[in-house]
Amino acid sequence: MSREDPPTNAVLSVRDLSVSFATRQGVVRAVDGLSFDVGAKEVLGIVGESGSGKSVAMYSMLGLVRDANVSISGSVRFEGREILGLSDTEMQSMRGGEVGMIFQDPMTALTPVYTVGWQIVEQLRAHSDMTKKAAYERATELLAEVGIPDPKSRVNHYPHEFSGGMRQRVVIAMALSCNPKLLIADEPTTALDVTTQAQILDLMGRLQATHGSSIVIITHDMGVIAEIAHRVVVMYAGRPAEIGPELDVVRSARHPYTWGLLGAVPRADIKTRRLVTIPGNAVSPLEVPTGCAFAPRCQYRMEICAQRPPLRGADDHLDACWLSDEQRLVIRSSATVRGES
Amino acid sequence: MLRFIVKRFSSAVLVMFTISVLVFLIFFATPGVNPASRIAGRSASPAVLRHVAKEFGLNRPLPIRYGLMMFHLFIKQDLTSYVNIGDKIIPQITAAAPITLSLIFGAVVIWLFVGISGGVIAAKNKGKFIDPLVMFFGIAAISIPVYWLGQMVLLVTQGGLHSSIFAWIPNGGYVSLTQNPWQWALHLLFPWLTLASLYAGIYARVLRGELINNMNEDYIRTARAKGLSERRILYRHALRCSLISIVSLFGLDVGVLVGGAALLTEVVFGLQGVGWLTYQGLQNLDLPLIMGCVMYGAFFVVLASAVVDVLYAYIDPRIRVVA
Repeated sequence: MSREDPPTNAVLSVRDLSVSFATRQGVVRAVDGLSFDVGAKEVLGIVGESGSGKSVAMYSMLGLVRDANVSISGSVRFEGREILGLSDTEMQSMRGGEVGMIFQDPMTALTPVYTVGWQIVEQLRAHSDMTKKAAYERATELLAEVGIPDPKSRVNHYPHEFSGGMRQRVVIAMALSCNPKLLIADEPTTALDVTTQAQILDLMGRLQATHGSSIVIITHDMGVIAEIAHRVVVMYAGRPAEIGPELDVVRSARHPYTWGLLGAVPRADIKTRRLVTIPGNAVSPLEVPTGCAFAPRCQYRMEICAQRPPLRGADDHLDACWLSDEQRLVIRSSATVRGES
Repeated sequence: MLRFIVKRFSSAVLVMFTISVLVFLIFFATPGVNPASRIAGRSASPAVLRHVAKEFGLNRPLPIRYGLMMFHLFIKQDLTSYVNIGDKIIPQITAAAPITLSLIFGAVVIWLFVGISGGVIAAKNKGKFIDPLVMFFGIAAISIPVYWLGQMVLLVTQGGLHSSIFAWIPNGGYVSLTQNPWQWALHLLFPWLTLASLYAGIYARVLRGELINNMNEDYIRTARAKGLSERRILYRHALRCSLISIVSLFGLDVGVLVGGAALLTEVVFGLQGVGWLTYQGLQNLDLPLIMGCVMYGAFFVVLASAVVDVLYAYIDPRIRVVA
């Protein structure tokens, strides 16, 4: 299957998801009207700066946001079944069973006092009636599959006896142990060094092909998106800024915020270029403007930006920006002249 | 693991030796003090002083004096008190030790049970009214001095109510475990509760803090993502990791308590344990007795810390590598 194949049927279907927290300073809308689909065997990238609500969106739909002041609305269907508002036990059997998760920092993601084998076995036995012996054998197989050398003895080692990259492999093995239909990876490479990052992405790509899981990968790195994703959701201040196939978004991005993100990726082939930064800071979720959330930092700001732009576009490439196609064409061509892709 | 245990215990022996040398030097080589008159006690006759000087080799070099002292203390075990003339020190200590050990054993069981369940209940109900309630009882138990609490317990159980509600409580004293286990427990019940209350309070508060910290760790999120039940996450992951700090606290507490720090409880309840014995020695300036008690106390502190280190390595695999 080539990367550009469209999704056949949605494994995960999110409609108008909003997550807000009641705080002393007022209601914080961490996620505001997010909608997307993840098809079978599709890799969806969610990209945005820190605080753009990308992790909260995924955690909240799985019941991992355990804040008494949170309120979640919208609809999240997993294989056609509504999962918002499932009971704790139903959620538990789904988490780790049908949905696997990988986290940002492998150094702290494993319980320090148990062997990695024990921790994989724990998950296997929570979701099946495997015997301990069979589960250990399966754990050893999984470690071998994620490329941990000498898995027979490593299965009895403790997390602190592994390097960061190896620990992330263990976490991946654990997430895949129950053959989940969906894998959610929250910045899986951010805490790793560059060579290890490439290995982990490569591994995830390979495992995705063999296990056939769909993947949602959360990242702030457009490079990771270009590497692995089929489709991309660009988020800003809890709102989707742009959604589309990876090639379209990376090659012909439509939203000024995406232009900024793309400009912030260092490239080895262009030597004398300064990294482009987006001026200003990400908006505080307490003071999201009523209009376009990106407007205060946007250099193409217009009067109409005081109103919230709808998510619209042609085919499956949507964006929330008031710029007209002609304006974008002009801006993009002048940027190309300046040597910025 | 075995190598770790052997290593840890051989270093404990070394520490014991060092302590014995230090204690010896403080007692017998302090400049400007005649050790003979110290050992012999107040207003001893010249004949006694000469006898003491000869027995402990006080006119011979320091290392020989040290050797003689240890010989009397551990090998011949005939170190005698000159205050209560003829009292052998070692038998006194070995008679007192079971009482102290009994007192501490029961208190340990109670405080671990109450402290750990208190901490778990408070952490589990964080934000509800039961959490500050448990913590209030914790801080109250910590703040009440043990001698006052002991006196109050005595007042209630042995006072006017002793003929009615508390008629089942013995009149105080001690019955050994081998003699009658039921009477042993009955005699020690209120001393146990009194001694345990302070530690139960401390442990509950420490454990609550540890649990709440650990519940915010990344690995708890991983455990949730694995689809484990909240119960399993709390007990098998968060509590298991929190026990590491409880064990280190426990080692120190048990060490000093067995070494004689249960003194106040022993004195209040008239239990003639090691703490009580040390108290007697100090009051009478009975140097050989103090020397014996200090060595005994040091021995248990060192032993307890070695046992705890091994336990520590058992529950926290990260320690084993360092060793």
